[in-house]
Amino acid sequence: MSISMLLEMAQEAAMSADPERTAVVSDDIRLTARDLSTLADGGAGVITSSGARHVVYVGTGGAMLPLMLFSAARASVPVTPLNYRLSTDGLRALIDRLPDPLVVVDDEYRDAVGDGYRVIGSADFVEAARAAQPVVEFADPDSVAVVLFTSGTTSRPKAVELTHNNLTSYVTGTVEFDSADPGDAALICVPPYHIAGVGAALSNLYAGRKMVYLRHFDAGKWVRLVGDEGVTSATVVPTMLDRIVAVLEEGPADNAALPTLRTLAYGGSKVGLPLVRKALSLLPDVGFVNAYGLTETSSTIAVLTPDDHRTALAATDDAVARRLGSVGQPVPGIEVQIRADDGTALGPDETGELFVRGEQVSGRYTDIGSVLDADGWFPTKDIASLDADGYLFIGGRSDDTIIRGGENIAPAEIEDVLVEHPNVHDCVVVGADDPEWGQIIVAVVVPSAGASPDPDELREHVRGQLRGSRTPDRVVFRDELPTNATGKVLRRELVSELNAEQSTATKEPA
Amino acid sequence: MIKNGSRLQSQVCDTQVIVVRSADGLDDLRAGGAPMVPIGSEPTAGLTLDPALSDGNLMGKRYVDDAGAEVLVTKAGKGTLSIGATPLSIKEAKPLPASD
Repeated sequence: MSISMLLEMAQEAAMSADPERTAVVSDDIRLTARDLSTLADGGAGVITSSGARHVVYVGTGGAMLPLMLFSAARASVPVTPLNYRLSTDGLRALIDRLPDPLVVVDDEYRDAVGDGYRVIGSADFVEAARAAQPVVEFADPDSVAVVLFTSGTTSRPKAVELTHNNLTSYVTGTVEFDSADPGDAALICVPPYHIAGVGAALSNLYAGRKMVYLRHFDAGKWVRLVGDEGVTSATVVPTMLDRIVAVLEEGPADNAALPTLRTLAYGGSKVGLPLVRKALSLLPDVGFVNAYGLTETSSTIAVLTPDDHRTALAATDDAVARRLGSVGQPVPGIEVQIRADDGTALGPDETGELFVRGEQVSGRYTDIGSVLDADGWFPTKDIASLDADGYLFIGGRSDDTIIRGGENIAPAEIEDVLVEHPNVHDCVVVGADDPEWGQIIVAVVVPSAGASPDPDELREHVRGQLRGSRTPDRVVFRDELPTNATGKVLRRELVSELNAEQSTATKEPA
Repeated sequence: MIKNGSRLQSQVCDTQVIVVRSADGLDDLRAGGAPMVPIGSEPTAGLTLDPALSDGNLMGKRYVDDAGAEVLVTKAGKGTLSIGATPLSIKEAKPLPASD
C-alpha cells in the first residue's frame, strides 16, 4: 500500500472520533489530520506541476517532515530528507545523486543549497500548497517512497531505497491502528533525515498519537516540553539520554519532572548499561524500550520492552539479567538468523553476522541494487548472537573489528566491561595502526565527573574479566567522544587522530 | 494470484481492504457475501448484503485465514469478510510499545 493510505486512515479515525484533535505540534504550528491531509494534497500539486522526479527536503523538520512525506507520496515521487548539518559541498554532492529534484529548503540552509537546482523555500512551499490544485495519486506499492542516505561514518553515504510497501509493512505490522488514548502524545526529537524520524512520523500518526516536535534537541527544553504538552512517549538517541539523565540528576530525583511520560525508547546506537540503569532508577514509573533497527530495515526490527527491562533488572538468573544489554526480540514479520563467516546458520549463544528478512526490509541501494541473498536475507554487517529464548544481542559493526596480531577482537566486548568501571563515564575501543601487531587496542575514555582514572587501573579492570588479548594496549582520555547528531560515535575520526599522533611521535628524534 | 498491496472494495457495503499477504484463496475474497472487486470498479447490479454475512469488520484490523491470506481493512463496512463462505478471523497482535 502507499504510505498516503496511513494518513487517509488516520484522518478517517480522527474525523469519527474528534475532527479537531491535534495531530502535529511544532513550535507555533498545530495541525489536525485533516489539515495535514489537505496540505499534502496541495503539496502534491506543487510537486507535480514542478515536473520534478524527486523531492529533497533540507531543513530541521517538525511539521515539514510529515508534510513532505505525504506530499511526495501523493505526487508519486520519492522524497529524501537530507542532513542539514552537512557542509555545502557534502549537501550538493548528495543532491547531485538524485534525479531531477525539487529542493525544498528551510531559509537558513538556502545558501548552502545554492542556485544550481530547482529550489523553493519551506514557507513558500507551504504557501504554494495552500493555493495549489490538489493532486492525489495512489503510488504503486512497490515504487520507492523514501530514499535515505546512510550516515557515511565508514564510507561514502549509500542511498537506501524504501518502497511504500516496506514502510507500510513496518507500520501496519508493528503499530495497532488508532490504538493511542485520546490524550497520548509522542515527543519527536530525532532528525528528519534519520529513519527513526521517518518511522515516527508514520507510526505515531497511524496510532492516532499526537506528534510533538522538538527540532533542536536541548535536554532542558525536552523536559519542559514533556510537561507542557503532556507527552506520554518519546524516543531518544544515546547522547540525548545521557543529557536528559544529567538534567534529571540536577532536579528532584523522581518522576515529578516528567509526570506524564509512560514510555521512553532509546536506540540509534548502543547505550552503555550504566546509563540505562541510571535512567531506570531515576524514572522508576517509566517503561523503557530499547529499539534496534537500521535504515535498510525501515526502522525497528527488534524491541526490548518495558516488561523485559523490569524482568532483567529483578532477575537473579544471569541469563535473564544479561538481557538488559540485549535489543530484545524481533518484531512481528521479521525473521533473524546468525551466520558464521562461511554462511552456515549458527545456534543459540553462538556469535556471527546478523541476517534479517521480512516485508519491511529493503536492502536495496540506488546505483548498487539489492544486496538481499537468493532467499531474501539482508546482511546487516552487525555482529550478533541470540540466546535460547530468542533475545538478540548486538556486538557492534563487523567493520569495527580490530585485528591485533591476527586475532579478531570485537570492540564492544571490551567497551561493555570498561564502561562498568566507576571512573568511566563513556568509552569506545578502536584499533590504531601498529608496526608490530598490525593494530593495537586503544581505549578512548571519557572519565566520570571529577574522576581522573589511572590507565593501568583500567587495563587491570579489563584484564580481570576478559582474556589477556583483550586488554587495551593504550588508554587515552577525552572530554567527550566525537559523535554525529544521532549519537553514533565517529570511530574513524578517533582512529585517524590516534594514527596521526602515533606517526608524529615516531618521527620525533629519540 | 492477487498481488500484495492490491486494493479491493465491497460491492454491497463500505468495506475496503488492502492485501497484506496474498494467497490463492483471496481470488474468492468476499464482503457481505459478494465478491470484492478492485477499487474504482463498478459494482454488479442487483447484489445485496447477505444477512448471514453482515457482522461487519473493523477499520485498521487485519483479517486472516488458515492458509496464510491476510488483508487490512482500510475502510470499515457492514459485511463480514470471507473466503467463499468461510469468514476470515481477526489477527490478534501482541501490542508493542511505541518505539519511534
